[in-house]
Amino acid sequence: MSDFEQLTASGVGRHYGRRRALADISFSARAGDVVGLLGPNGAGKSTLLAILGTLLAPSAGRVEYGVTTAAEAGATLRARIGMLGHDLFLYPELTARENLTFFGRLYGLPDAAAAAAAALDRAGLAARADDLVSSFSRGMRQRVALERALLHEPRLLLLDEPFTGLDQASSAVLVARLREAQARGVITVLATHDLDVVDGVLTEAVFLQGGRRRETPAAGALRDRYREALA
Amino acid sequence: MTAFLRVVALVVRKDLTVEVRSLEVLSTTLFFAITVVLLFAFGLVREGVPPDGVAAAILWIAVAFSGTLALGRTFERERQSDTLRALLLAPADRPALYTGKLGGMLLLMALVEAVLVPLVGLFFQAPIFADPLRLAALLAAGTLGFAAIGTLFAAMLVRARSRDVLLPVLLYPMTVPVMIAGVRGTAALFQPEPDPALAQFWLALLVFFDVVFVTLALWTFEPLMTD
Repeated sequence: MSDFEQLTASGVGRHYGRRRALADISFSARAGDVVGLLGPNGAGKSTLLAILGTLLAPSAGRVEYGVTTAAEAGATLRARIGMLGHDLFLYPELTARENLTFFGRLYGLPDAAAAAAAALDRAGLAARADDLVSSFSRGMRQRVALERALLHEPRLLLLDEPFTGLDQASSAVLVARLREAQARGVITVLATHDLDVVDGVLTEAVFLQGGRRRETPAAGALRDRYREALA
Repeated sequence: MTAFLRVVALVVRKDLTVEVRSLEVLSTTLFFAITVVLLFAFGLVREGVPPDGVAAAILWIAVAFSGTLALGRTFERERQSDTLRALLLAPADRPALYTGKLGGMLLLMALVEAVLVPLVGLFFQAPIFADPLRLAALLAAGTLGFAAIGTLFAAMLVRARSRDVLLPVLLYPMTVPVMIAGVRGTAALFQPEPDPALAQFWLALLVFFDVVFVTLALWTFEPLMTD
């Protein structure tokens, strides 16, 4: 296992042909940190998450996971990363249990079936474990998807708009799960527009606009800092 | 090697489970393939007599078109919930993921061909039992070559906006050699006096294409999917 306690992005840039999606993004996070990627649509948040998740190679700069990079560590590094995408990464034609068991096996868990059952318990969905995911509400899918991302106990958790479509109660459950992960030393990087929900959860906020990082005072309410950064 | 095969088996099993539940890809592909054969039959067969030497071409046209449809639908399913990214995020060998997707495609196309071949035999009076093993080998080798490149391109294009247009545009020129070898080999078996030696020559060529295409796909899958 290629474990790490620090994530460092240095001068990360990414362009698609002539279009620049990200330029010169730097930040670092240690075990237990929760970093928020905040900015309007098209700011480059999802691109940065894809780079951190090793799904995209940066066009410039580097991302270091401890002392290694994605190119050097490959599959062993991916075993330490969990990601929840905007599209949830679940097969609607499979049941919740089948989805989690499939991904558990893909991640090489020794007892994927037991891990899936425990995850469904944590999500409060044990009673619906054998129902197709297509029959679930958005909130229930989101809970299964989060458990899928956490199933293999990753060191780095990447979340893209995790609060989309959740009611207040479901958002509170998700925040509680994030705090649990934080207590276990998980580095969480999340992209979100729900500033009020994550205010108080984040240990660092990275404000992005037009693919660039915007600097802002470290203190103050998140919404005020957001407004100031993107003014 | 065990880990590689384990991932391949997992992906194939998952794809089959999803397909058995929905029957979406199999039903659309099968109906499309049957329609192609029926249209050619109604257009070309006069008073129960088909023109000489068209059966092999019609069989491979149906295989290629229905295969393209199956590729598009299979990867559309992976696109809808972005599950292809979830697969790529796993600590599994990415070539093993590719091989699993290829395995699922091959099984699906084999089922379609199991219906297509008797249908072509029936409507075009093709001697499908003259040399059944060699015919099966030609179909298997041709399908592998077509699906190997098709799976790579379909995975690569999954996030492209114009993927439905780009897939056939990229796939057909690349697989023309496979199609030609498949048609010529099958035609050698379907002629009034089957020519096993000629069919064997085209089969050997198909196996060569398969080795080249599968090697190329396994080699390029990871870099193509990362960039």
